[in-house]
Amino acid sequence: MSVTYLEAIREAQARALRDDPRVFIYGQDVGAFGGAFKATKNLAKEFPGRVLDSPISEDAMIGLAVGAAIEGMRPIIEMQFADFSTVGFNQIVNQAATLFWRTNVPCPITVRLPFGGTSGSGPFHSQCIEAIYAHYPGLVVLTPATVEDAYSMLLEAVALDDPVIFCEHKFLYYHLKAEKLPDEALPIGKARIAREGRDLTIVTYSAMVHEALEAAAELVPEGWEIEVVDLRSVKPLDTDTVMASVARTGRLLCVGEAWPWGGVTAEIIARVTSEGYGLLDVPPQRLNAKDTPVPYHPNLWTAHRPTARSIAAAARGLLRQ
Amino acid sequence: MSRETCLAAFRFMLLARVLDDKFAALYRAGKIHGGVFLGRGQEALSAAVGVSLKKSDVFAPLIRDAAGRLAFGEPVIDAVRTYMGSALGPMRGRDGNVHRGRPQEGYLPMVSHLGAMISVVNGVLFARKLKKITETVGATCIGDGATSTGAFHEALNQAAVEKLPLVLVVANNQYAYSTPTSFQFACRDLADKAVGYGVEPLSVDGTDLVACLKTVGSAVARAREDGGPQLVVATLLRLCGHGEHDDSGYIDPKLKTSPIGRDCMKVAEDSLLRQEWIDASQLTALRNDLVHEVEEAVAQVQREPTPDPFAQEWRAIASKHLSETHQDNED
Repeated sequence: MSVTYLEAIREAQARALRDDPRVFIYGQDVGAFGGAFKATKNLAKEFPGRVLDSPISEDAMIGLAVGAAIEGMRPIIEMQFADFSTVGFNQIVNQAATLFWRTNVPCPITVRLPFGGTSGSGPFHSQCIEAIYAHYPGLVVLTPATVEDAYSMLLEAVALDDPVIFCEHKFLYYHLKAEKLPDEALPIGKARIAREGRDLTIVTYSAMVHEALEAAAELVPEGWEIEVVDLRSVKPLDTDTVMASVARTGRLLCVGEAWPWGGVTAEIIARVTSEGYGLLDVPPQRLNAKDTPVPYHPNLWTAHRPTARSIAAAARGLLRQ
Repeated sequence: MSRETCLAAFRFMLLARVLDDKFAALYRAGKIHGGVFLGRGQEALSAAVGVSLKKSDVFAPLIRDAAGRLAFGEPVIDAVRTYMGSALGPMRGRDGNVHRGRPQEGYLPMVSHLGAMISVVNGVLFARKLKKITETVGATCIGDGATSTGAFHEALNQAAVEKLPLVLVVANNQYAYSTPTSFQFACRDLADKAVGYGVEPLSVDGTDLVACLKTVGSAVARAREDGGPQLVVATLLRLCGHGEHDDSGYIDPKLKTSPIGRDCMKVAEDSLLRQEWIDASQLTALRNDLVHEVEEAVAQVQREPTPDPFAQEWRAIASKHLSETHQDNED
């Protein structure tokens, strides 16, 4: 008996619907069809009238969620792909993210963004746009890397009184498996040491955690012990855990699947260098996707994003200094 | 239309005009931070929306809806406190002027992005539908310019698909800031847009209070009786600039002398006097009362504390434990 990352997301939603009558799901094809990725499979049948198809109107989908939240509900909005959330961007960053600050009325909505690259998905079904949402005040931005986190963090997201951008990685949907769903979990806002090491800290999140772990394994025969920090949430960012790890290793590599300009990796480097400059033995580095749209063909896609191989190469560069 | 309804609506029109005039005077005196946006020429339509709603309904007004806000139950002091940035107002100096509301009372504060409030009203109505609350209505106001936005299209279509009791009131005031309607849309009449969504349109002369009360009232009644979303298009002219910073020199003089350029306030006054529902001395007394009410509110707010940046909680999320502790340049 095992459960995939995608099944964990479905199970978390089923539990949220079961436990809390205020929860409903609204999104394109989420009803009888069960969602483009089947993340809401059978939920419309199990919870009649609470898992509802929307028109292709991302702006109005988020607007509706904000209104429903004001009326005391806890909507979960499925964006079919994170890339399409830009159509609802205005409602997310100007309406949902500002409501509490302006009025003291909370806006408990969860926006699920199936995000990140998979082979053959191309420029408009692969984007990593967590940093754009993290930039705006008023949003919580989550990037679970494990089956357990996908489940527990989604449940916690729905229970939070704030708008949550829940970035679930499509690459992990089917391949990533766990024995069972977790009974307890690290809370949102805490990073996790995915692997302990003494020579170099790799800070990353979401699918890149697995690439980083593979890179770390590749470096073992060469005598290097790499520490991998899984951020879990990019906003809030657990600076303390990152700083403590860098204090142990003296070397920092930040890895992100998102584009290089600004973003999560840049934010970490900024924080570590401004507050922990003395902890660093060598200049920190970052590794991101290339500064182009995400390519379609597997040959190009593999070269576009960081992989275990390119992460290991970057790590070797840092370790040799 | 009964004498009581007309007089009640007229009172809100006049109060809004008096309040707006005061804000304009305060603006010219440099007493208001940011812009001042008046509803001059739109009071009849706006008041009609406010008086047609029940307190338990939902209302998302726009910038020219002082009359509708007051009619829906907004106290004058809320408006003054928001314009003056009082720490005691509903927005506590965090947002100003027309960006005010009390969401938990069904009175939604607008964002600046046009058309964006429509789907939020849909959301409240959608939630009420899930909660099996019936006979509720949500109204929101936009101008001719907002009918060009994607948000308008998405939200009206969404309301139609979900058969929500939405009343969408369009004030076609001929200009979106400086842009005339000829650059805004190419359909014969904005009411035609309703057809594309499967919505029955209603049109009204926005300068005529009685017509506005009848038309908006029937739209609200239809929505309340499960008739689905309603689109009301009112034709009128904005009798001021976009804001008080704008001299509106671009407004076609021919429009000002045309029937749509009539001042709804004058039209309503004349009608009430003609029907002898009010006489000249009562009108003067009413105006004096309302001026007094507004002056009192302004005087009170001027004595109130302004927001203190050092006492401010600089946190944009409700979950205190998740606020970012990291702040550059702050120790």
